[in-house]
Amino acid sequence: MTQVIELSGATKSYPGGVTALDSVDLGVEYGELAAVVGPSGSGKSTMLHLIGTLDRPSAGTVRIDGHDVARLSDRQLSALRARRIGFVFQQFHLAPGRTAVANVADGLLYAGVRRKERERRAEAALHRVGLGGRLGHRPHQLSGGERQRVAIARAVAGDPALLLADEPTGNLDSAAGSGVVELLRELHAGGTTVLVITHDRELADELPRQIALRDGRVI
Amino acid sequence: MVLSPARLRVSDLARVGLSGLRARPLRAVLSALGIAIGIAAMTAVVGISSSSRADLDRALAALGTNLLTVGPGNTMFGESATLPDESVSMISRIGPVYAVAAIGAVSDTGVYRTDRIPSAQTGGISVAAAQPGLLSTVGASVASGSWLNAATARYPAVVLGATAARRLGSVPSVYLGGRWFTVVGVLNPVPLAPELDSAALVGWPSAAEYLDFDGHPTTVYTRSADAQVSAVRGVLAATANPSNPNEVKVSRPSDALEARRATDRTFTQLLLGLGAVALLVGGIGVANTMVISVLERRAEIGLRRSLGATRGQIRVQFVSESMLLSLAGGAAGVLIGFVVTAFYASTQTWPTVVPLWALCGGVGATVVIGAVAGWYPAVRAARLAPTEALASA
Repeated sequence: MTQVIELSGATKSYPGGVTALDSVDLGVEYGELAAVVGPSGSGKSTMLHLIGTLDRPSAGTVRIDGHDVARLSDRQLSALRARRIGFVFQQFHLAPGRTAVANVADGLLYAGVRRKERERRAEAALHRVGLGGRLGHRPHQLSGGERQRVAIARAVAGDPALLLADEPTGNLDSAAGSGVVELLRELHAGGTTVLVITHDRELADELPRQIALRDGRVI
Repeated sequence: MVLSPARLRVSDLARVGLSGLRARPLRAVLSALGIAIGIAAMTAVVGISSSSRADLDRALAALGTNLLTVGPGNTMFGESATLPDESVSMISRIGPVYAVAAIGAVSDTGVYRTDRIPSAQTGGISVAAAQPGLLSTVGASVASGSWLNAATARYPAVVLGATAARRLGSVPSVYLGGRWFTVVGVLNPVPLAPELDSAALVGWPSAAEYLDFDGHPTTVYTRSADAQVSAVRGVLAATANPSNPNEVKVSRPSDALEARRATDRTFTQLLLGLGAVALLVGGIGVANTMVISVLERRAEIGLRRSLGATRGQIRVQFVSESMLLSLAGGAAGVLIGFVVTAFYASTQTWPTVVPLWALCGGVGATVVIGAVAGWYPAVRAARLAPTEALASA
């Protein structure tokens, strides 16, 4: 078991005959930093959903952290996400009116961590992403780049086997965007497996590995 | 590695539910208000009726429920019967009876403020001869002046009941049966013998001497030992009139007061029904709020699913949010209901009594309402596919 992501013949088709992902084979090793890149409509989001265990393949197998997604129940998939996968979204998805620490601590809520411990780890994660001075700030008091850092801290607070970042720089200006990419590199250097999904070729080219998608196929 | 989702602690669940409400405080307050009004109405209805009952109980305890009255009924031929003259002394020989006193109505005699008033304008005041022990037997007290004593009972002197005194006004003497009677005293209202309130009472000997009183008692008041009241009641008729016990009417005045409770109860049930309708409307308001909340918070649901929340955890989050919302309304409602009861009771000089079952029942009902109202929205939230929820953001 050396690969954190193992797709073989993974296919996702929707009712109405649309095939978003067409028998994709892909392996990502533990500790890799890779980009899934492709224009919109290429199947990136579908791939993110399959790898993030938010959806199941129509055909083929998806193995995440050694678990065959098709064989797990909804509850087991939830537990897998809670403990082994961290998500970063383009829209940050922070709870308004709650402090950075509270937002990050919520990321550990479903992993069964006690509240005190959640807060302790949340603070540590915020320090790790360079927001040690913004612990009590609420989202509206933070810049876009800082908000995305909070979201990244939430994703990594539980030490996931896999960090999935969906267009992490999509809502940021280029300075804040490169700061976020720099942070992802640092996390990777610290041992985290990072998969960035993006349509931005330039961003993808900065990363050690690119997985190009077009019309639902890896090219 | 065994994959099983972690269990949410109750404290975490409460915090998650609360954070959803805190995000939209105005909406939470308004929908809780609906519940609060329903619960407040029901608590106040129960509280006011039990306060009134407590007041009645207090009054009954003070008055005693051991007063029995004996009066003449009708003969077999439908004519008015009379009690024998000896009935009072015979009743006083019943063992458990410790006090007996009689009044005898003096018929066709009116009481007037002056001798110029037409005889038809009696003012509804009756004249009765009274025995000296009457006051203590019925539990009456003198508001001013004094009660008839052995001397004044022989002379043209009169003691007025509370209502009679009010109608006649403050006068030193009244025109009674063709002559002036001196007013020697005025009674306080007598709850157990309200007929005395509108009576002018004269001494037994004086009634016989000045008013052609026939000497027949018309009402005999008795007090007996509490445990023996029903036994005494059973033998009173035969004792008062051994030859014609069927012509005797025995009653227990405290029963009339008790009967008031039954009327109260019917009314209370009606008001409770209205409160229940208000509560139902409040519950629908909560359900409505929760449905909208679920529609608006699809992104949050998607995020929580991606953070590892199971369907069950999403469901329980929304149900607990709904329960908290409803509970807050219920707690406020119980408080408002209590305050309303206390205020109303204080204006009536009643004791404030809100039964514990009403308080607990009110709060408990809101928890159930919250769970029921939140169930469907919560199930919808849980059914939402994570990908769909995230896509809608």
